[in-house]
Amino acid sequence: MNHPLSRPYCSPILRDTADAGTNALPYLGKRAQWHAFNQRLLQYLGAWMLLLGWVSWGWAAEPLPPVRIGLTPVFLDDQAAFVSEWRKYLELHLARPVVFIRRGSYREIVDMLREGKLDFAWLCGYPYIRNKPYFRLVATPLYQGEPLYQSYLIVPDNDKQTLSINELRGKIFAFSDPDSNSGHLYPEYILAQKGETATHYFAKTFYTGSHRKVIEAVATGLAQGAAVDGYIWDTLALSHPELTRKTRVIAKSPQFGHPPFVAGQRVSVARLIAMRRALLSMSQDQAGLVMLKGLNLDGFVESEPRLYDGIADMFHFIEKQRNVAL
Amino acid sequence: MLHFKDLSLGYKIPLRVVALVMVTASVLASVLVYRSVNDLRDNLIANATRMGRVVADTLVEPMLHDDVWRAFEVVNIPFRPSPKPANDQNAEYMVVLDTANLVFVSNQPERFPMMRPPAIADPILAKFFQKPAQPWPNELTVVDTPSSQALFLLIPIESDGVRIGTLVMNYPKPPFAARLRSLARDAVLITLFVLATLLPLGIYWGRRMAAPLLQLSDAMGKVAPHLPDPEDIQLEESKDEIGRLAKSFKRMLTELKEKEQLQQQVITSDRLAALGRLAAGVAHEINNPLGGMLNAISTFKRHGEKDPLTLKTVSILERGLLQIKETVAALLVEAKVQTRPFDPDDVTDICTLLQAEIEQKHIAFTCEVSLIEALPISATLVRQVIINLLLNAIHATQPQGHIYLHICRDSTHLFIEVRNEGSPIPPEKVPYLFEPFTSFSENGNGLGLWVIYQVVQQLGGLITVQSEPTLTQFRVQLPLA
Repeated sequence: MNHPLSRPYCSPILRDTADAGTNALPYLGKRAQWHAFNQRLLQYLGAWMLLLGWVSWGWAAEPLPPVRIGLTPVFLDDQAAFVSEWRKYLELHLARPVVFIRRGSYREIVDMLREGKLDFAWLCGYPYIRNKPYFRLVATPLYQGEPLYQSYLIVPDNDKQTLSINELRGKIFAFSDPDSNSGHLYPEYILAQKGETATHYFAKTFYTGSHRKVIEAVATGLAQGAAVDGYIWDTLALSHPELTRKTRVIAKSPQFGHPPFVAGQRVSVARLIAMRRALLSMSQDQAGLVMLKGLNLDGFVESEPRLYDGIADMFHFIEKQRNVAL
Repeated sequence: MLHFKDLSLGYKIPLRVVALVMVTASVLASVLVYRSVNDLRDNLIANATRMGRVVADTLVEPMLHDDVWRAFEVVNIPFRPSPKPANDQNAEYMVVLDTANLVFVSNQPERFPMMRPPAIADPILAKFFQKPAQPWPNELTVVDTPSSQALFLLIPIESDGVRIGTLVMNYPKPPFAARLRSLARDAVLITLFVLATLLPLGIYWGRRMAAPLLQLSDAMGKVAPHLPDPEDIQLEESKDEIGRLAKSFKRMLTELKEKEQLQQQVITSDRLAALGRLAAGVAHEINNPLGGMLNAISTFKRHGEKDPLTLKTVSILERGLLQIKETVAALLVEAKVQTRPFDPDDVTDICTLLQAEIEQKHIAFTCEVSLIEALPISATLVRQVIINLLLNAIHATQPQGHIYLHICRDSTHLFIEVRNEGSPIPPEKVPYLFEPFTSFSENGNGLGLWVIYQVVQQLGGLITVQSEPTLTQFRVQLPLA
């Protein structure tokens, strides 16, 4: 089969098969077995790191350089108070100052990470697969028990006629960011399958820069259709139902790897592991669970690059299509 | 039918004041409302212009980059729900048009779909943005047509002097009209309040202004049948025109009164003169046969027979004729008698002569004579005048009363003044006082004052009488040679 999403390594499609849980995502089983041990080990480790951190701070006259983490709107990054709490939590667990850095687009964060101006970033899977040689996976969020999410095709709630992307031809369509998988790549891929491109298919397209704003654009009627991160839409439906109520999900994509935490090339393995532990430990303690509840996530898990192959396939398909057209 | 001009000033002036106050209040209120409305509109346009320019400037970059979302966010800023209560001076919508005058973005995307002519949402916009794209002046334009329900601001969006779009702001007029209505209502309320304060005041002032005129008018109305006494007329005294008018009116009334009195005097003196002439004529006509008859009787008594009956009859005739002669003599006052000049001693003589009568009635008599030398005036006549006046006074005064005689002179006149206490002369009798046979007592023949008057008249003098409730005064003024 030629269809990239039907290939065995594409986790969203294989999820329903019997061996998908053990082969594709072996760490899920381990987690259950190691749960009790890990909890105690991590508590010890955390305490030691705190002590070490305190001692080293006391010895060294100047503080350690901060961990620079780039954030993108793959989560609801506009909750300033929450983000600040999360930063403090990470500082406590990394025993180092943490700086969150946000920019107007994914691309700027990607560039900064590639240039070493950032240590880590929480990115979309799409820029990750495009910069795979430069980035290393740190952890992937667990949403509804799995490191997966979907792209939703939404239309204004008062539009009862539109049932699929077919009715959106010649309409105004909103994307979140050019480098977003759920908010740009997936709908482009759907159109590419039809032999179309967004520019021609829609009367007009525009980018809002974030998923939340995409939902707002559809809710206000500015856009007649949009593709949005399903995890963001679901989370907003919990916190701001009055906004999502004005939109209607008409189609859901297959599942893709959830936007991962990645590390830049200059980050040492030790720091990468420290970061991964900090993230993974969030589901182990009370404060971390509060943070996760704020993020509407179940936790973070260590993931493998294979998780994002589905996105890579879509990207390659579109590239190929474009070259054929040229 | 009652005309306004026939109304009393008592109503007319307050009514005019009321009309004036109402007109003033209405005009002031209207002007204020008009000014406020204009200010409101100017304010609205100024605010809208300021905001529009900021929005238009901010829109330049999103429009150049075809960044619909940012443009949407920019035009949405003024429409964000604010904690402050909604101001009715808010735009209803903002539409950004591209160079083809199609909607680029608006704050109401459902109403103004992108890339469509704005007129499909608001037909009034068709007037401004017809196809083909109408070139708008490259400056802010305020469009306020009376027929439309809104005021439009068309603001060019320019980048480096090149027109890249137009920002259309719509300000609906109904809130504006509501504001105008509330303004007008406030103005009416304030006007009513002012009227409620000023009207009673105006009516009071009007009535006060009319009052002296009404008084004057009433006073003038009283002039018609009989001249009223100026003392009885109550007029407001002030120095303004009405006050001067009142004063003039009073003066006129006084003069009229004097003239009337003068006329009365002239009539009286004319009558008295006619009476005098009549009396003199009759006296002459009687005196001639009377003289003859008396001569005949005298001759008869001396040479005729001495028959007792005849003598008795002749004697009766003689006594009767003599009485006639006396009466005629009294009527015919002869002032041409040449005697010696009047001397202060004459007064002493008179006092001595009347002493008996004065003492009989226990009258207090005061005599004040400021004369030193003899005066070139007939002593007989003056004595006659003084004696007659004093006799009248003695008769009129009650016992234990008081009589006062004052005689003085100046360079040209002699003044004689006699005052007595006692009952006054009835006013209706005053005009006939100096006529013959006008008597106030049983024992007088009523010729005393007639004689005085005739003497004074013949001497070219004046006599006046003034009668008050307890005091009667005669004054005689006689020219000295």
